[in-house]
Amino acid sequence: MKKMKLVVVGNGMAGIRTIEELLKLDTSLYDITVFGSEPHPNYNRILLSPVLTGEQTLEDIILNDRSWYEEHGITLHMNSTVTRINRARKEVMTDDGKTARYDRLLLATGSKPFMLPVPGTDLDGVVTFRDIGDVNRMIEAAGRLKRAVVIGGGLLGLEAANGLAMRGMQVSVVHLGASLLDRQLDGAAAALLQGSLHERGLEFLMERQTEAILGNGQGAVRGIRFRDGGELETDLVVMAVGIRPNTDLADAAGIHTDRGVVVNDTLQTYDPSIYAVGECVSHRGMAYGLVAPLFEQAKVAANHLALHGIGRYGGSTTSTKLKVTGIDVFSAGEFMGGADTEAITLADPVGGVYKKLVIRDDRLIGACLYGDTVDGAWYFRLIREAKSIGELRENLMFGESSIGDTGHSGENSIAGMPDTTEICGCNGVCKGTIVKAIREKGLFTVDEVKKHTKAASSCGSCTGLVEQILINCIGGAADIKPKSEKAICACADYTHGELRKAIREQHLTSIPETMRFLEWRSPDGCATCRPALNYYLMSTWPGEARDDTQSRLINERAHANIQKDGTYSVVPRMWGGVTSPSELRRIADVADKYHVPMVKVTGGQRIDLLGIRKEDLPAVWKDLDMPSGHAYGKSLRTVKTCVGKEFCRFGTQDSTGMGIALEKDLVGMWSPHKVKLAVSGCPRNCAESGIKDIGIIAVDSGWELYVGGNGGIKTEVAQFFVKVQTHDDVLEYAGAFLQLYREEAFYLERTCHYLSRVGLEHAKARVVDDAANRAELYARLRFAISFEKDPWAERVEQASARREFENLTA
Amino acid sequence: MNTSSLQQSVWVSICGIDDIPRLGSRVVHHQGHAPIAVFRASDDHVFALVDRCPHQGGPLSAGLVHGHAVTCPLHSWTVCLEDGQAQAPDVGCVRKVDVKVEAGRVFLGLPGGS
Repeated sequence: MKKMKLVVVGNGMAGIRTIEELLKLDTSLYDITVFGSEPHPNYNRILLSPVLTGEQTLEDIILNDRSWYEEHGITLHMNSTVTRINRARKEVMTDDGKTARYDRLLLATGSKPFMLPVPGTDLDGVVTFRDIGDVNRMIEAAGRLKRAVVIGGGLLGLEAANGLAMRGMQVSVVHLGASLLDRQLDGAAAALLQGSLHERGLEFLMERQTEAILGNGQGAVRGIRFRDGGELETDLVVMAVGIRPNTDLADAAGIHTDRGVVVNDTLQTYDPSIYAVGECVSHRGMAYGLVAPLFEQAKVAANHLALHGIGRYGGSTTSTKLKVTGIDVFSAGEFMGGADTEAITLADPVGGVYKKLVIRDDRLIGACLYGDTVDGAWYFRLIREAKSIGELRENLMFGESSIGDTGHSGENSIAGMPDTTEICGCNGVCKGTIVKAIREKGLFTVDEVKKHTKAASSCGSCTGLVEQILINCIGGAADIKPKSEKAICACADYTHGELRKAIREQHLTSIPETMRFLEWRSPDGCATCRPALNYYLMSTWPGEARDDTQSRLINERAHANIQKDGTYSVVPRMWGGVTSPSELRRIADVADKYHVPMVKVTGGQRIDLLGIRKEDLPAVWKDLDMPSGHAYGKSLRTVKTCVGKEFCRFGTQDSTGMGIALEKDLVGMWSPHKVKLAVSGCPRNCAESGIKDIGIIAVDSGWELYVGGNGGIKTEVAQFFVKVQTHDDVLEYAGAFLQLYREEAFYLERTCHYLSRVGLEHAKARVVDDAANRAELYARLRFAISFEKDPWAERVEQASARREFENLTA
Repeated sequence: MNTSSLQQSVWVSICGIDDIPRLGSRVVHHQGHAPIAVFRASDDHVFALVDRCPHQGGPLSAGLVHGHAVTCPLHSWTVCLEDGQAQAPDVGCVRKVDVKVEAGRVFLGLPGGS
């Protein structure tokens, strides 16, 4: 088939990111041609400031070198500016006489620095701060000249001023408004910023309007004059008063523009063959000058260019960070606030710290931080997730560390850590390694960091820290999304929520059918999506969807836990932690017969036989003659109990009997992640009910149920759910809660994470307050479990089910 | 089709293709040699690799098979079944073993006995 022609106007971050996203979806659809005005391949424009200060070089910030274009068969014309689009003939023409035909055209012309309409802007020594050419001009000027004036106290202006000062110039910043960074900071934070920049030697002339740039008679700059008549001598003028979407080309071609090339939610312009992304775009009346929105746009545009037709861009919440080493400024969302908002502020002018959090309707909508930006990532996440902050409110200002989040989610002061600090304890990855990878490989997401460094790729508890490092390195460009917004894996574009919905609404019952319907990109998915899909299908259509063994990870396939040397551990079920002399004898006999190297009592009140060869597993199970303890599964693990009133002098109820009943009621239940329960006979809580997914505490008048506890990576105390009277109530409320979790949680989401996403109130409304719904949930759980058999007995009885364990010989 | 090994290899029949589940594997023991993992992809292509992940020696036979690749059960390295190379950015390689399917039988190319 003849390929279609895709022409990209603009070789910057937006255009090339769109191509990268497109190539992920389809490599064979288009012949791609890229035109760029600059004589460079695609580079990371947000890192121009460190190049100006000398902290990085041009080579450091190249994102795609020439060989990348060659490898992907992309024709690249550098130093070639598209000057005309002939929409009737579907052709573009360039200033150096080239023409190219297109079937689809992508405009990524970016923005232009705004020039004040004053006399003298054409003088030698007047520069803007937009591209590598500008940076080179400034570096050259700094080596030759003494004084510089930067007009504009925004992000770019301050970064330019800082860079020129670091290169030894005397720098004055002229600003029209009364405070710096007026689009990123409020007045109080701006005052602190101005103070510390002043200490670094920058001069500020606030509320000055420039009237003219003055020449020395030989065509070079000698100074500037203000509206109030004052003059300032200088050798270099940097114009940094803002950017304007570059719409010249679109305007000339008659494409509708309105302070940007107007696009719809699919990034299509008014000409259906022409798409536009990046800073040149106006979407729902917004033009973005930051990199994160542009990446989101790139993804959607690529999806439509690839003819998938499912992506939709709904606008972006943005955050910004000033890239001046040693000065921390962070702002996100609607940090200015308005009539319908409230603000929490903390100001410590002497200590150089200022924080403002803006709240509307019990939700965080904006944050502005100066001096201490450690919690920027956390606030940004809260803003994007738009969750109720009711319970956090008291401690919100004091950061993530203050909410009992001991040492794991990014609250440690990353900026102050030495490079040798270990971030990922599972894989032994240090901060320096991560920072180096982010800088050198141009990484923007946690997933990319995982791939390149292995950090956060095992238990995931350091994900928050990695996010924090990303934000510290690249600011608002960090592509950080909550799981509810992220695609499940690289095989598909759907979030976990969208997958569940499609499976239910389309009545999808098998993995191949689901992958076909949702246009999976890889033939059989991967080790991330297949186990999730298998769970979603099984839990949505019990009795109808067939369990796909090959889509389960090894532990659930072998019904035992794989160990580091490839042997397995076997944990038989001991109901409520109760055993008998004959069970103990059988366990001892098995340990002797199979030379089990270690026999260990687990934390869940049972006995673990470690170091068993895979081929011996069925025989071990047969000799044990006990049911599987499911110690390997995303399923019910144990119900831990104390001895209760049958023996204990403090016991108020039969906690052991209750635990056994619960375990028998729930055994065989598969779930999004492992589930652990405990029943204590009195508030002394010997069974540790406070850190279980469901913890039950007996009191004289009944049973208290707690949910969402976790003793793992991050200790979470279970929250009070309901108090009930009878034994049967305990079974029904616990079962209904677990069924809600089974139906709504994302795969690999523990109950505590599920609850923090949907809110405890949501679970209470469905289980506690609504008796009819509770009964239905419990009935659905009973129905799902009714199909489960003991997996060990099944394999002992059926030869065909034992094949997994049998080796071949040659 | 022959191995790069200097030693003459011979084709040894190990099982029928249906003895290996689709998207699954079997382990073959061969006197005096490391165990070999034989995989069957969803398109019925059959591959054989030494059953040791280049990372920390995990049994690749216990991994999850997808496309022409397997993900190790220990630390999720993904290894290409066609050439034994670890997928970027991981670096490493596991030795592949010659394999062929004829009339529904799977044969491994193993060093011949003297």
